[in-house]
Amino acid sequence: MFTAVASESMRNFQTMNLNAIEVTKLSKRYDAALAVDALSFTVRSGTTCALLGGNGAGKTTTLAMLLGLLLPSSGNITILGEDMLRHRYRVLPRMNFTSPYVDLPKRLTVAENLAVYARLYGVIGIKARISKLASELQFEEFLKRSYGTLSAGQRTRVSVAKSLLNEPELLLLDEPTASLDPDAGDRVRSFLIDYQKRTGATLLLASHNMPEVERMCDEVIMLRAGRIVDSGTPAALIARYGRADLEQVFLAIARQAREGLSAAPNA
Amino acid sequence: MRSVNAAQRRLHWMPSSFSVQRIIAMVLRHVYLMRKSWPRLLELAYYPSVQMILWAFIAQFMAPMSSAIAQAPGLLIAAVLLWDILFRSQLGVSLTFFEEMYSRNLGHLFVSPLRPYELVVAKLVISFLRTLIGVGGAAVLAIVLFDYSVFEMGLPLIAFFTNLMIMGWAIGLMVSAMVLRWGLGAENLAWAIIFAFAPLSGVYYPISVLPSWLQPVAHALPSSHVFEGMRSVLSYRVFRSDLLINALALNAIYLAAGVAIFLAAFRVARKRGLLLHMGE
Repeated sequence: MFTAVASESMRNFQTMNLNAIEVTKLSKRYDAALAVDALSFTVRSGTTCALLGGNGAGKTTTLAMLLGLLLPSSGNITILGEDMLRHRYRVLPRMNFTSPYVDLPKRLTVAENLAVYARLYGVIGIKARISKLASELQFEEFLKRSYGTLSAGQRTRVSVAKSLLNEPELLLLDEPTASLDPDAGDRVRSFLIDYQKRTGATLLLASHNMPEVERMCDEVIMLRAGRIVDSGTPAALIARYGRADLEQVFLAIARQAREGLSAAPNA
Repeated sequence: MRSVNAAQRRLHWMPSSFSVQRIIAMVLRHVYLMRKSWPRLLELAYYPSVQMILWAFIAQFMAPMSSAIAQAPGLLIAAVLLWDILFRSQLGVSLTFFEEMYSRNLGHLFVSPLRPYELVVAKLVISFLRTLIGVGGAAVLAIVLFDYSVFEMGLPLIAFFTNLMIMGWAIGLMVSAMVLRWGLGAENLAWAIIFAFAPLSGVYYPISVLPSWLQPVAHALPSSHVFEGMRSVLSYRVFRSDLLINALALNAIYLAAGVAIFLAAFRVARKRGLLLHMGE
């Protein structure tokens, strides 16, 4: 029932042709350091977008501000049509998040953890929802095991399941396949792509895995030192920089920035 | 048509600003933890029981030497049990918060629809349960071992229990706020801070024993009024409603301050990005 209503809401949102995320002049300053510097971007509803950048580029800070975990120093964030800074709690039930850097309670079993979060998100039919996700993400056999006894890859799958409990309209993913072996990583990616197609959800991911970004994303936003240095479809960026793949584009931007050169020779 | 769809969507998604379901979720999270770890459950009752046994023997030893103890033999046992209500309720609030930090779970919790004040209410409920298990166990043991029932105090016991628990909650919230602000380095405060209140609360002696300059400080603590009230009930069989009113009034201020400080610390944590990075 919850799933049906959530999907209906997503279709309505897409029909209205709104941007799922609208960020305007978003900045975050920690004392003297400017972590994010006047970012402005939009993510169209029903698409998958990646935030790319090296360490310290501002990806995690941006994600944290989008989630409301971090208050911006200035700027505006509109998510699913709501002002995130003023009406955060109207939006939070409609979105979710996963990151390998945020854990779940280790002494609780996987099923207990998911049940707690299902209640927090007001999911109806908790057992059925957990069983379905466990089946789809292939972790039924360790539902009764303590979360702390799982391998890093198993934890990642559980964390992805947690992020899908409420069938979110907007899913923020921080390195969603980090610590997964290639096979498990591929299955999670396929699952997320399928979820996006099936529900029309919007996905925003921060990742260092360039093949993953090429495969999953409609749009890429390249960050450096808290600023957007370029954006576009993966194919457009590859063509613009005259490189073989997105990884080469990423390296070109990172290296040429260090050397103070123009990053886009073909631009 | 579009505006109708939007209105319907908003109606469906408009989350309630206070949800019992979310509070139950957070309580369940700690009940799951407690029920699978019998050492944790045992630990809840262990220290109150050991304290109670120690003071019961001291009371037996001193009874022939002290008319006050001879007239009210349960005075010291009642005092130690009531003190543990304050101590355990404070720990109940602080430790449940530390548990979230140890497990690096705050990032997930605060991107869920859980409101900070719902977390506060859940912490208070868990603290109540932990205090009941811990002090309740020791109180039952006092009946078995020393034939002393703190429950014989009757209704005043509920008043004492309530006031001490509220004060413990308030201190627990302040400790949680400090840990939220300064990290788990401030964790030891949870164990240490309550003992600063013990000499001023008049747990085992009347406030009049304190130097005159210190007595106003003691009277600013809800606990001092509770322990004075306890002595009045046990020694003179008189329930002093004036002391109860003092304790309740002070507790209203303490609890409001505790909640306000915790919520302020939460806001600072959001400004500084502490919620994502806290943990072991």
